[in-house]
Amino acid sequence: MFSPAVLYILLLVGGPFFLAIFYAFSDARIGNAEMHFVGLENFRSILQSPSFRVAIRNSFIFTICSQIVVIVGANILAISLEKTFRGRGIIRFLILLPWVAPIALGAIGWKWILDSIYSVITWVLVAIHIYKPFSAPMWLGEPRLAIASVLLVHSWRLMPFSTVILLAGRTAIPKDIPEAAAVDGAGFWRTQLQIVIPMMRPIISVAVLFGLIFTFTDMTVVYILTAGGPFDSTQTLPSLAFALGIQGSDLAAGAAISLFLVPLLVIIAYFMLRVAHRAEVN
Amino acid sequence: MAVVETRDLTKVFKEGQLGAVNNVNLETREGEFLVFLGPSGSGKTTLLRMIAGLETPTSGEILIGGQVVNDLSPRERRIAMVFQSYALYPHLSVYKNIAFPLKAQNVKKELHKEKVEWAASLLGIGALLDRKPRELSGGERQRVALARAIVREPAVFLLDEPLSNLDAKLRASAREELERFHRRVGTTTIYVTHDQVEAMAMGDRVMVLNKGVVRQLGTPTDVYDNPADTFVATFLGSPPMNLAELGDVIVGFRPEHFRPVSTVTDAAVPFRFKVENIEYLGSEWIVSGTLAGGKLEGKKVFSRLSSAQNLQLSGTYDFAVPQNHLKFFDRSSEKRVEPRAVSWQQHATK
Repeated sequence: MFSPAVLYILLLVGGPFFLAIFYAFSDARIGNAEMHFVGLENFRSILQSPSFRVAIRNSFIFTICSQIVVIVGANILAISLEKTFRGRGIIRFLILLPWVAPIALGAIGWKWILDSIYSVITWVLVAIHIYKPFSAPMWLGEPRLAIASVLLVHSWRLMPFSTVILLAGRTAIPKDIPEAAAVDGAGFWRTQLQIVIPMMRPIISVAVLFGLIFTFTDMTVVYILTAGGPFDSTQTLPSLAFALGIQGSDLAAGAAISLFLVPLLVIIAYFMLRVAHRAEVN
Repeated sequence: MAVVETRDLTKVFKEGQLGAVNNVNLETREGEFLVFLGPSGSGKTTLLRMIAGLETPTSGEILIGGQVVNDLSPRERRIAMVFQSYALYPHLSVYKNIAFPLKAQNVKKELHKEKVEWAASLLGIGALLDRKPRELSGGERQRVALARAIVREPAVFLLDEPLSNLDAKLRASAREELERFHRRVGTTTIYVTHDQVEAMAMGDRVMVLNKGVVRQLGTPTDVYDNPADTFVATFLGSPPMNLAELGDVIVGFRPEHFRPVSTVTDAAVPFRFKVENIEYLGSEWIVSGTLAGGKLEGKKVFSRLSSAQNLQLSGTYDFAVPQNHLKFFDRSSEKRVEPRAVSWQQHATK
């Protein structure tokens, strides 16, 4: 009964996964049919490479910081979208747009917004005399700004997803509860921070865990916005694996880098399953 | 403690539609237990929610302790409310649930423990303080909700059908407990229910509502013995008051006053009663049937008797209603009117 699913997982997930493990211990290169077993040589050289250390650091920065931004932002959006007002449907639709549009399209849009010459942001800042023409910051050209830009786009992209999940979570809380809190004397902030949001903990964990996986494994945003630059300063594990393994033809190095994702994803998956299990039990 | 007053209080949810609450004027007495009684959709909960500050009135005023509170938030009204669902905070322990109002009102932290323990002991839940709400039975949850309400010593208690989630057996004991609790704390209490037994048993006064309009406000004896209109007459009592149209009046009498003629000693109006159904309820019998002869031929009526063993199905018997237990209502307004002479066609007054 499960055989199509099993087959699908074996072919499309299991196959590449074991191939990656196999490559990581070899000296496989694109365009070279010969392959030798080299033991841990690939891992040793990766761990010594500064680009790899930056990529690991970035992967964590992007994932964790964007999740913080997303959860705070999504809570604010969910609270404001909960009440009924004119045009709520349209606003909900607009907020959902970044999620339904292909990542590549969104990222290209942002590339324009942050472009060194055509940037709208720069144009506005110049127009209101915060910067002089030609001296405005290069959003994607300076390492720190580039990191901030990637973070911004990741947050922008995940916000709608979390908002929708949190909205669903909020509507699942009986109306009596915030009302009881109001009668008990709690103001808006206390009701939100001590009653509603703690009650939504399981649903927030779901949003966070999904967000972690989406951001951690994503390479599109980095690849389109900065291609890992300037000077590999925005490289993440997936984008570095792609740059070395596919673009640089060093399949073995790419495979070894991507294997570093596995332990982290396993931990996240474990927590996801636990949350799902707890939701089932309750 | 405080008095709650409403002046022409009205709530209209959708413009152009009949209001959920219409021009309600009421004034509680100091420390009284006032019950709002009405069928579902009668506006009793909306009225309570307006007093609590959870619903904004369309027009009219609400006063608590002599102060207009229309523009005050729930927290500023010094009220406590127990919800039908109890609305306990599921992620907090019983202790933290009870302490929440103290925290929210910035009561000094050193006083929390003492106050929570006082409220918990008042309701006999001192042993449950570490539990989570989901580990409690329905009755225990209700007590936690009450403890959470009493802990900050509110001026007014609002209770929204707090017993309706309990099973029948628990309800009777919880009712008694609530009464005792009210006697002990003496706080002005407004209690919403659709259950006439609760209303009669607990209320110092009962306010009967229907379609957002106050039909009657009075003591339980008042509303039961002297209903203001036919709605109150039929809403209270089970089976309800028998009503029969006679000319321009409606005549009503309670089933327990409709008895075999031999047991009636006062001046009474006699009827012929054809028995159609007999129910034995343990402590009493409910006999239903139709009146025979006279202007009320075929009118369906109920009788409540302590014994109906000598009555038989399809038998016709001489019954009577003591004259002082006949109620009269105006036929068009359905309001109660003074007793008057009516022609029954059978004039044999005993």
